[in-house]
Amino acid sequence: MDNKWVIETQDLTKRYGNFTAVDSLNLTLNKGEVFGLLGPNGAGKTTTILMLLGLTERTSGRVQVLGFDPARQPLQVKARVGYLPDQIGFYDDLTARENLSYIAKLNGIPRVEARQRIDSLLARVGLSDVVNKVVGAFSRGMRQRLGVAEVLLKEPQVIIMDEPTLGLDPEAARQFLAMIREMKHEGITIMLSSHLLHQVQAVCDRVGLFQKGRMVLEGPVSELAQKVLGGGYQLHLEVNGQPAPIERALLNLTDVTDVTHAGNRFTVKARRDLRADAARAAIQAGGNLLALDVDAPSLDEIYTQYFQEVEHVHA
Amino acid sequence: MSMLKPALSLPSDQIPGKQSDQPQVTQPATRRGREGSPWTGLWAVVTKDMADHLTSTRMRILEILIVLTAAGTVYAAMQTLRTTVSEDPFLFLKLFTTARDPLPAFVSFLSFLVPLIAIALTFDAVNGEFNQRTLSRVLAQPIYRDALLMGKFLASFFTLTLVLTAIWLLIIGLGILGLGLPPNGEEVVRAFTFLIATIFYGGIWLALALVFSTVFRQPATAALASIAVWLFFIIFWGIVADVVAQVIRPITIGMPQELLAQAELAQTLARFSPNTLYVEAMMGLLHPAVRSFGFVLPSELQGAMLGAPLPLDQSLLLIWPQITGLIAGTLLLFALCYTLFQRQEIRA
Repeated sequence: MDNKWVIETQDLTKRYGNFTAVDSLNLTLNKGEVFGLLGPNGAGKTTTILMLLGLTERTSGRVQVLGFDPARQPLQVKARVGYLPDQIGFYDDLTARENLSYIAKLNGIPRVEARQRIDSLLARVGLSDVVNKVVGAFSRGMRQRLGVAEVLLKEPQVIIMDEPTLGLDPEAARQFLAMIREMKHEGITIMLSSHLLHQVQAVCDRVGLFQKGRMVLEGPVSELAQKVLGGGYQLHLEVNGQPAPIERALLNLTDVTDVTHAGNRFTVKARRDLRADAARAAIQAGGNLLALDVDAPSLDEIYTQYFQEVEHVHA
Repeated sequence: MSMLKPALSLPSDQIPGKQSDQPQVTQPATRRGREGSPWTGLWAVVTKDMADHLTSTRMRILEILIVLTAAGTVYAAMQTLRTTVSEDPFLFLKLFTTARDPLPAFVSFLSFLVPLIAIALTFDAVNGEFNQRTLSRVLAQPIYRDALLMGKFLASFFTLTLVLTAIWLLIIGLGILGLGLPPNGEEVVRAFTFLIATIFYGGIWLALALVFSTVFRQPATAALASIAVWLFFIIFWGIVADVVAQVIRPITIGMPQELLAQAELAQTLARFSPNTLYVEAMMGLLHPAVRSFGFVLPSELQGAMLGAPLPLDQSLLLIWPQITGLIAGTLLLFALCYTLFQRQEIRA
């Protein structure tokens, strides 16, 4: 298993009758990276995840997860990959410990070791004091943390999460993202699907944008900004002086795509962070620089911009 | 648009696999063999589900119900038996079958209580997991679906066996105490075979409720559907069998052959009901004098000693088809359930 990819798909396709849920998906995940699947509901994210786990059979194409084929070696895959479904459920009339013991038994973890792991994991996710309480009384956030403990119980190499932060309050979501970073530091490869973009942006090394079963964009957030926003950096300058020469000077900078101004406020769209160059240009054009600020590209903008463009094309 | 839930997409973990001879995985998606044993995790499921059953309130209620029934009917039967002075080599079996107004015999109670217990055990087996959203989480563990379904069925089956065996022992114990004599060897064998028949009679209803719990997403719907089928067989099937027999084999001129043909057809049809099979098995086992369920012509009775008990092996031979029918019904329904479950999409 000297495969350098943790997850690799080639032309992965899933059809339900005439409807193509996932269309020729090519996806690769490196060891230890956090990958975000983005896209509107019904774009094929969950179907992709289920195929990676061998819980749904693919129509055609090739998948390898940790060097195993999920369709033919599902037990090997499922023993190494943790899955946190979007709507996580537990047996409400069993306690937190009993719920986890059942999962430990299904994974064939010896009883004594399971007990130790469960104790340390429940402590890690902050559920130590409710170990013997029935899960029925747990809040959504507690369930989610119990879910994380459950996923970590089998000591996975890969964790796949479907909409993990959906329905969490901001504080719980923040804690959850911190947990994801922690897992990444332990060398676990993580794939998560979400449509809460700022959260994805906060933890993902790379993202893939799904639309109608296809992965239409893929790469690190900054690269996507380059592609979609034609830049993505927005500089805001406040300059006193003649607007026309300043605007010309700014436009002449390399990597600037657009300059607009209202009074003494200039907005510059650029492909990279041009603060220093813009300041110099404004001063050389005889202006007095009063303020300078930059907006880094946000995934929200990329997402909105991309889907607007796509709609224009289709319209 | 994405919410399609096609019934016929085959999940990858569906067919118990053989070890593949080639570990290379370059073939397109196929349904070729899968690796690993389909029984991995089976006992984890069985023990967990059995523990659930045995601690559930539902089970407690049913246990109380059936223990009260057993105690009541057996007590009544003993009262009757004590007043009988005639000699009977199968006194013990009478405990099960003797009725005393206003109580029916214990076996008649069993024939409708057992389906009820069985249905109560499995009507929410699969859809309960689905509604609690535990199904996808459990199937994401290194087990096949086979283990989950088989585990659920076995857990219910063992629970049923446990409950019925306990009642059976209770009755025998009460009998020894109340009548003051132990059962003889033949009685024990007959009563034990009767226990087996009862368990598989329950098995059919277990498997039926399991099928409905796979088909219907709502446990209440599954329970109602199971009870509807049970009522249909208990109340209407006999009538349906008679009517169908009259239509197919009408009596036109009143010949004895016609009468016989119609009655035989009605009986054959009636035997499609598990209740009929169970009642016949029970009759054959607990009433050693019963020598046939079919129609006996006077010519066939020549030389027969009416009322004399059949030897054990002959009684077993008599009810063998009924017992196999009950077991086959259980297995067929389970196989149906298995097929349905393997084809089900697990996503919500």
